[in-house]
Amino acid sequence: MEPPVREKPRLVPALIDAALAAGLAFLLFCLVLGVRTVDGVRGLTLEPRPVLLAVVVGIVFIGRLALNLFWWDRDWRFPKLPFTGRSEKATGARAAGDIYRIGLILIGLAAVFPLLGLVLNNVFGANLPLLYLIDLSILVLTYVMLGWGLNIVVGLAGLLDLGYVAFYAVGAYTFGILATTFGWSFWMCLPLAGILAAFWGIILGFPVLRLRGDYLAIVTLAFGEIIRVVLQNWTELTGGPNGISNIPEPTFFGLEFAFRGDNTFHQFFGLPYDPVYGSIWLYYIIFMLALITNVVTLRLRRLPIGRAWEALREDEIACRSLGINTTLTKLSAFATGALFGGFAGSFFAARQSFISPESFTFIESAIILSIVVLGGMGSQLGVAIAAVVMIGGFEALRHTDSLQLIFGAGFDPTLYRMLFFGLAMVAIMVWRPRGLVSTRQPSVTLHKDAGAISGDLVSEGRG
Amino acid sequence: MEYFLQQLINGIALGSIYGLIAIGYTMVYGIIGMINFAHGDVFMVGAFIALISFLGLMAIGVTFVPLALILVLVVAMLLTSAWGWTIERVAYRPLRSSFRLAPLITAIGMSIALQNFMQVAQGARVKPLQPVITGGFEMFEGDNFAVTLSNIQILIVLTTIILMAVFWLIIDRTPLGRSLRACEQDRMMAALCGVNVDRTISLTFVMGAALAAVAGLLYLLYYGVIDFFIGFIAGIKAFTAAVLGGIGSLPGAMLGGLIIGLIETFWSAYFTIEYKDVAAFSMLALVLIFFPSGLLGRPEVEKV
Repeated sequence: MEPPVREKPRLVPALIDAALAAGLAFLLFCLVLGVRTVDGVRGLTLEPRPVLLAVVVGIVFIGRLALNLFWWDRDWRFPKLPFTGRSEKATGARAAGDIYRIGLILIGLAAVFPLLGLVLNNVFGANLPLLYLIDLSILVLTYVMLGWGLNIVVGLAGLLDLGYVAFYAVGAYTFGILATTFGWSFWMCLPLAGILAAFWGIILGFPVLRLRGDYLAIVTLAFGEIIRVVLQNWTELTGGPNGISNIPEPTFFGLEFAFRGDNTFHQFFGLPYDPVYGSIWLYYIIFMLALITNVVTLRLRRLPIGRAWEALREDEIACRSLGINTTLTKLSAFATGALFGGFAGSFFAARQSFISPESFTFIESAIILSIVVLGGMGSQLGVAIAAVVMIGGFEALRHTDSLQLIFGAGFDPTLYRMLFFGLAMVAIMVWRPRGLVSTRQPSVTLHKDAGAISGDLVSEGRG
Repeated sequence: MEYFLQQLINGIALGSIYGLIAIGYTMVYGIIGMINFAHGDVFMVGAFIALISFLGLMAIGVTFVPLALILVLVVAMLLTSAWGWTIERVAYRPLRSSFRLAPLITAIGMSIALQNFMQVAQGARVKPLQPVITGGFEMFEGDNFAVTLSNIQILIVLTTIILMAVFWLIIDRTPLGRSLRACEQDRMMAALCGVNVDRTISLTFVMGAALAAVAGLLYLLYYGVIDFFIGFIAGIKAFTAAVLGGIGSLPGAMLGGLIIGLIETFWSAYFTIEYKDVAAFSMLALVLIFFPSGLLGRPEVEKV
């Protein structure tokens, strides 16, 4: 049978719709964008910007028109991404294998990347900006680790935590304070920081875990803010808004990465001094920490406790009727997530060598949570990809000069970074509400060949 | 005693502003069960629109303050409602049938985007406005401390009372209010009975944003200084107020706003001003732990 011939886009309704959208855009932007407040001699004065307003309204008009004519009425579709969408049993099994293989390849690439860069630069004379690349990768990996840590709480146990950064802060300040007052080394403080963060997770979690869903979210947010305010004001211990500086870097089996000193890395190995060695060492530390987080999570999923977490996410009432102690289960998820947050925090302190309450604002929690949700809750690979896209992509934006060619020399991409970040969160969520990798791996299966569960069938916890 | 009375007055004025914002949270939560995280930033946008339109009116020669304020109020309510409507349409409606976390994430994204949009569009510096409404009454003088009730505080409380009355009438007496309450109870059933659910939800956002705009204007007049970041803290506190009063309950939102305002003011007055946010947040945690359904809220019944 002939497919019914689709009526081609009708121009007049599209034009009317676009005009309405442009009119709305004019209403929205006429005052806040069309006029700028400038500090004058006697208070604020106004400076109209009609051209900018016209440009923005014009963009909305043309964009909406184009969407109407060419997008919403299109008769072609995107090719499907692998391991997403509706999957039959067979394709599900394949998708599961795909995820595993892609994960291994990514881990392999991440493992050799800095050494490869070093070899390329030193042996083959390539001129890669290695220090910058490695610093960026360290940043991305920190967020991968945080995302994986939070994934235990949000993705596995289904508890919405908006104050995860509090545990990150506890870890960072534990190391910062111990290192600067007692001179303890990174390797001594790392487990302590994790344990202390987990301890705080239990303390904070104990009273609030009776709450469900959004209430839990808002209370965790409140606790995150409380910890930040305390850090900001307890000047004797935390240095207040000035923070803690001169935190030592982690040593390589006792060797320092300083330019001069008694026991430096480059002297011991007879190498010329290069700051990149220190960065590479930091890179491997965070790489190992992230990997540990991942392996522990994957193993925990198969233990009774992990299964209890996932059962809790799916249905709390059923869990309780089956005799699972929900409070204890929730608390263990909270504490495990906090533990990894604490590890990441103490690494962050060691890497920055300076910490202040400014690094632990709510926006950090929001970024980590958005990484987890955008990646696909419960999916380790998705979280890693989301971290690379969100953090790497936006850091890269900071250094792009090509944008200045488009928007003129005065264009400063750093100003627009968070604006794009927020809009991208909305856009990705609307585009793929289930996250980038939406399939889920069942932790217990009846048959050997049972594969991933499609995102369409996955339910989410009510906290 | 005089000092206490003064703080009481200050607290009620501040609490009224929180209450106005809290209504936006409580209505949205009541009807679609999501935390509209961007609501605090809608309040901030409202404050900016009020500031700019006020300066604009002054510049074109409308210097009679009451007339200017009424015009500003109308403009701010209209334009901020447009923001509220757009945010719902762009960020929440496509995800309404999706899982519960999805709209929360877009709401956080919207909040980040709005803050940074305002920072880019208007600059990061604080925006001062010279006092518009000055003067007040000296109620009585104690030993070397005079209790004053300033005109702006009277204006804030009066505006809030009038708006609450109008709002209560809308909810209780109009067809719109009826469909709103119907959607709150059971969205599916309301749709089956012929209520236009989409339109009702949109109007909820519009009304919430309009009230947030009023709160923004009052905040601007009260403090005389705004910046792009005021929405975050005010938003959290207003949400706290909504939860405290019992989410979904309008009188509860107002009551919660007053309590939060009073706690904050008294804490700053008698203890340390640095920890005033901690006081408000601890209050939130305590209330949720001991009265999970808030002061005036209905207990949530779980159906299996």
